Amino acid sequence: MSTLLIIAILLLGFIVIFQIAKASEYVSVLKGEKKTFEQNNRINGFLLLAFLILGLIGVYWCNEMFKGKILGEAASDHGEKIDTMLYITIAITGIVFIITQILLFWFSFKYQYSEKRQAFYYPHNNKLEALWTAVPAIALTVLVGCGLYYWFKITGDAPKEANVIEITGKQFGWIYRYPGKDKVFGKKYYKNIDESKLNQLGLLWDDKAAQDDIVTNEAMYMVVGKPVKLVINSRDVVHDVGLVHFRMKMDAVPGTPTTMWFTPKYTTAQMKEKTGNPDFEYEISCDQMCGKGHYSMKGIVKVVEPAEYLLWLAKQKTNYVMSNPEPETAPAAPAADSTATAATAVSKSLSN
Amino acid sequence: MSHEVNMHGQSEVITTHEVHHDEHHGHHHKETFITKYIFSQDHKMIAKQFLVTGIIWAIIGGLFSVLFRLQLGFPNETFPFLETILGKWAQGGKLDPEFYYALTTMHGTVLVFFVLTAGLSGTFSNFLIPLQIGARDMASPFMNMLSFWFFFAASIVMVSSLFVQTGPASGGWTSYPPLSALGDASEGSKIGMDLWLIAMALFVVNSLLGSLNYISTILNMRTKGMSMTRVPLTIWALLFTAVLGVLSFPVLLSGFILLLFDRHAGTSFYLSDIFLASTQKALPNEGGSAILYQHLFWFLGHPEVYIIILPTMGLVSDVMSANARKPIFGYMAMVASMFAIAVLAFLVWAHHMFVTGLNPFLGAFFVLLTLLIAVPSAIKVFNWLTTLWKGNLRFTPGMLFSIGFVSMFISGGLTGIFLGNSTLDIHLHDTYFVIAHFHIVMGVSAFFGMFAGLYHWFPKMFGRFMNNTLAYIHFWITLVGAYLIFWPMHYQGLAGVPRRYLDFSGWASFNQFDGLNRFISIVTIIVFAVQLLFVFNFFYSMFKGRRVRTQNPWGATGLEWTTPINPGHGNWEGEIPEVHRWAYDYGKDGREFIPQTEPVGANETPEGKH
Repeated sequence: MSTLLIIAILLLGFIVIFQIAKASEYVSVLKGEKKTFEQNNRINGFLLLAFLILGLIGVYWCNEMFKGKILGEAASDHGEKIDTMLYITIAITGIVFIITQILLFWFSFKYQYSEKRQAFYYPHNNKLEALWTAVPAIALTVLVGCGLYYWFKITGDAPKEANVIEITGKQFGWIYRYPGKDKVFGKKYYKNIDESKLNQLGLLWDDKAAQDDIVTNEAMYMVVGKPVKLVINSRDVVHDVGLVHFRMKMDAVPGTPTTMWFTPKYTTAQMKEKTGNPDFEYEISCDQMCGKGHYSMKGIVKVVEPAEYLLWLAKQKTNYVMSNPEPETAPAAPAADSTATAATAVSKSLSN
Repeated sequence: MSHEVNMHGQSEVITTHEVHHDEHHGHHHKETFITKYIFSQDHKMIAKQFLVTGIIWAIIGGLFSVLFRLQLGFPNETFPFLETILGKWAQGGKLDPEFYYALTTMHGTVLVFFVLTAGLSGTFSNFLIPLQIGARDMASPFMNMLSFWFFFAASIVMVSSLFVQTGPASGGWTSYPPLSALGDASEGSKIGMDLWLIAMALFVVNSLLGSLNYISTILNMRTKGMSMTRVPLTIWALLFTAVLGVLSFPVLLSGFILLLFDRHAGTSFYLSDIFLASTQKALPNEGGSAILYQHLFWFLGHPEVYIIILPTMGLVSDVMSANARKPIFGYMAMVASMFAIAVLAFLVWAHHMFVTGLNPFLGAFFVLLTLLIAVPSAIKVFNWLTTLWKGNLRFTPGMLFSIGFVSMFISGGLTGIFLGNSTLDIHLHDTYFVIAHFHIVMGVSAFFGMFAGLYHWFPKMFGRFMNNTLAYIHFWITLVGAYLIFWPMHYQGLAGVPRRYLDFSGWASFNQFDGLNRFISIVTIIVFAVQLLFVFNFFYSMFKGRRVRTQNPWGATGLEWTTPINPGHGNWEGEIPEVHRWAYDYGKDGREFIPQTEPVGANETPEGKH
């Protein structure tokens, strides 16, 4: 019923506007075409100027309104660089924006039709054209230079002491893997994935390095102030690890691992204080269309003090233990015969 | 009624192409209707066919955006009428996530390809090329007709995909595999995706047939005296557009064919290491690269945005010059900058892929080349500004939309400098900043250029004027509305709000914009309603608008205004006029304007001097 009402109101509005428009056409015929044209021209000239003034006020107002809702302090070292670059770009483009928009609408207003004026025949001027080729070129050189300087810093090799964490996207969630005590990720093969056996990544148990790997869906823990390198994978379609507070982003592509690294500056607890929001969490958002659950594909990063990190890590069970719950196996301390144990485990999981 | 419009045209048709003559021998009246309005080979009629189909598509595509904006603006409310029209896709009056994505995918595909490529280039290339260069028709009128009918076939297939049980394609207008390759990964990747691919393949054929025709017509069929340095900028723009299309669309098609193979022939071009949670099965495909598709897609995808914007740059230049009563400033610089844009268009595609794991060193070259495009773009903007300077401006609806175009192009162009810079792209990639950028610079700008062209050449198309008051209402609400919709999205983008999310309530980082989202949705509905007002004005004026009484209502210099008010097939009665000067002699030697057909006088200031 209300829908019909809305449609009826819209239709009525259309008809009213149309009748006014039609009437104004008749009036213009009565008044004479020239007079109507001059009047319309004056009105539109005035509106163009009004649009410029109100528009610039609107831009300022919009800035004031949203200032606090965007770009909180970047929570990583790379994020700081990106923010600096952002401010440089905003400054340069902002100046150009204001100047060109003012010229556009001011010229439109100033040079509106007048019977007395004769348009100035001015087909070209090489000096002027050279000027506005050179000035943008210089400005852009500055932007490219700064941009690439930061780009290579951000995409350069991670420091050797960086913690390495593997993050794998799937429809619609994230899987985190830690290399365990040996600091080496074990081998995996996607055909070995078996969710009923809790082997979400298809780890190969005959690889010793895989046996102490920790796999979790809970949250990605990292140490404050210590560089962290993410090895990014996908299990099905293209996803993207978006870390808005760290200002980092990298696609997760099935079959092609990607990487990124950064150093988190504040712990989650510190951010709760900084933002004044007791529920603050670093969120991982999927930033590449991945299907119907894309909008809900959330992960959590916990940035903690080193001691808390060690405590958390110590509490984690290895994936091997979770997948092979037989009481005899003692994977936490790989003994000399662990290869054999692992081999049987693998043959078992393969035969399934 | 339609007969009344084209009365003059009909009596002057030179019937050289009686394709269906035999079939309808008995019904003389019906036969002319079919050859004249349906299987027409007259470039002007084909242009109108593209235009009307484009308008229908624009309404559909626009309506989709209104539907998904309802979800974004009012995520907690239900709209029972949605269930009435969409059935199972909106149970309880709330959009199904799968269908939300289908809507955004279709909105993008329809507007980018069906409206702003076929609807725009198809209309203005067909209509203006022969009229402005002095040709009786296209190089191959038959191929031209085929071009439209391939477009029509593509349209039918695309529309049909809306009605299949599993829904239309829903993987985004870019349709990245593996999502688009695997029916088990998404409902929209089932039959809907096949129909999408078939429709796009037909669309590519349409584009190629059209573009080859435009190029050969421009290069070979100019009238006597119409050298390439004398053609209006619209012609240059349409030429570059056609070249871009010919060189890049085949690459897209190849990408689609590989995708079809992956979908149905068990190949692994794009697929590798995939385990699907929905079936709990690992796929046999190994060794493919999902990134390969992105390279193939963006090799068209980026030139595509110039295929959209270049024609409007040409249209705006001509409309602006004619209504400023002043030559376009820096004609050669305008041509050179369009040429530079066309060349660079092919060298920047990977800036869409900075965060795909692309080698950072390679990324650096794409940053450089991408930001280089800002230079020719800046030249064009400053040349337009100088064209306005010291002019005598008439604010016809066409002129207003041209000024709006420049404003939008500046705003959207500048944010391109953010996104083209890989450092900033890390943060801004796939956020609302991207949405704001490309909607302003190629969506709204291109529409403004198209409106400028439509209002300006409407009298030539239909022998009638559109209603001015409605046009002014259309312009002002659209200009203000477009800024109100897209300007605030930049702030959402800076906050990192990801695109393609239909509900932010689960996110602590992105839920601070509820009020803004509602505001944007309301403005969207208003702006959409005003576009319907334009459509109404368009069709009403076609039949009932004020008649054009003079041959050259705008006092313009171009050749198209030397044809009869309602030109027949063949355009000129008698000889095609000879051209003696460029198309921009406005305000020269104290004269209001000098048509291109007027020989250079003995005492006249020589060409190019002032």
